[in-house]
Amino acid sequence: MVQPLNRLKESPSQTAGPYVHIGCVPNFLGIEGVFDSDLGKTMVNDETRGQRIAITGRVIDGTGTPLKDALLEIWQADSNGLYNSPSETRGGADPNFAGWGRQPTDLKSGVFRFDTIKPGRVPFTDGRMQAPHVNFWIVARGINLGLNTRMYFADEAEANAEDPVLARIEHRVRVQTLLAEPTDDGYRFDIHLQGDNETIFFDI
Amino acid sequence: MRNATYETGAFFVRDRSWHPKAYTPDYKTSVTRSPQKALLSLENTVSEITGPVFGHDILGEKDNDLIYNFARPGESAIGERIIVHGKVLDERGRGVPGVLVEFWQANAAGRYRHKNEGYMAPLDPNFGGCGRTITDDDGGYAFRTVKPGPYPWPNGVNDWRPAHIHFSIFGYGFAQRLITQMYFEGDPLIPLCPIVRTIADEAAIEQLVAPLDMASTVPMDARAYKFDIVLRGRRSTMFENRMEGN
Repeated sequence: MVQPLNRLKESPSQTAGPYVHIGCVPNFLGIEGVFDSDLGKTMVNDETRGQRIAITGRVIDGTGTPLKDALLEIWQADSNGLYNSPSETRGGADPNFAGWGRQPTDLKSGVFRFDTIKPGRVPFTDGRMQAPHVNFWIVARGINLGLNTRMYFADEAEANAEDPVLARIEHRVRVQTLLAEPTDDGYRFDIHLQGDNETIFFDI
Repeated sequence: MRNATYETGAFFVRDRSWHPKAYTPDYKTSVTRSPQKALLSLENTVSEITGPVFGHDILGEKDNDLIYNFARPGESAIGERIIVHGKVLDERGRGVPGVLVEFWQANAAGRYRHKNEGYMAPLDPNFGGCGRTITDDDGGYAFRTVKPGPYPWPNGVNDWRPAHIHFSIFGYGFAQRLITQMYFEGDPLIPLCPIVRTIADEAAIEQLVAPLDMASTVPMDARAYKFDIVLRGRRSTMFENRMEGN
């Protein structure tokens, strides 16, 4: 026999369900007076450095129907490529930018919107620079374990071409599922859960 | 908030056979909401290792007391008064201090305060159903609430959710983000539930069932249930193959 590893198992995930709003964005739902405001609703203030952008999109199921009960969280670097996290070792991030946002999809249209800034570049594990990207986490009724993906910027062709993560995508036709298209005030990023145009999801 | 240095090692790889798979057709909504292509494996970069951390300044006085945080002055929610407490640990068995835990649930009759909800059981005017807290120095947390009722849902013709409380947990890295559900010891609906049974491993299901904890029960006031939550552990950075300065 050998010594036991004495590791615990991660708590298994369960779906967030259709009523995730009650716990995560109660004010959006009209449950007011419990929490002052919904966490993650506002990402920028007047002092935040960087280019303001809106990220809008929908989460679409395998039949082409937008989800109207999804919840999305994003996590991104500031305009200098620093994360506002105690685990960030490369320097102090912009104190006026949290880097984290949380938004539900609209209960009627299924559209989500984040008002944020365009992130700077951050390094890969071997020191090469990654292209600017926004990390997404998606939960909803019918999703048993939160889905991780990344949004890159279609107008950053040069940086995207040298991105170590995009480079490992075997089926090149799928790269475009991670590219957000420029709009009048930012970028459009639709997420396809299933089917021909399925977004690339990551095991991180 | 605390003196310890925050860790920057990569997280232990997620055991995706322990977690529920994406496609679990007995839970009908998963059929069209599950990716069909393989996930792209990605070792942790700084984007995954870092994550938001919240200060106590976000918390209100009654944020972890669902019996009173929506109630009118002098009133309280109707139902079985319970305390739910436990620790947030990582896979190495270490407490995870200073992290946000959010929870939401139906009222004692199984009715959610949500505009899309159509169950005939009544709302409780003194119960909202949401709460949150930040773990203490040992990773401990506690909240007070009423025990939620079972709840019928349009899946099978006669499917009922067991009594459950939803949990949303943040660690220190975005890759630790987790949402799960807590069930109650002895509930005969647990083995019948298609959402519970999205989890294939019986031992994994048991990890979500909170035992009655008489030692922590407050006599003549509130029973207690103990529910520990485990987040992904992480490697030491001592021998990581990273460039200097990363």
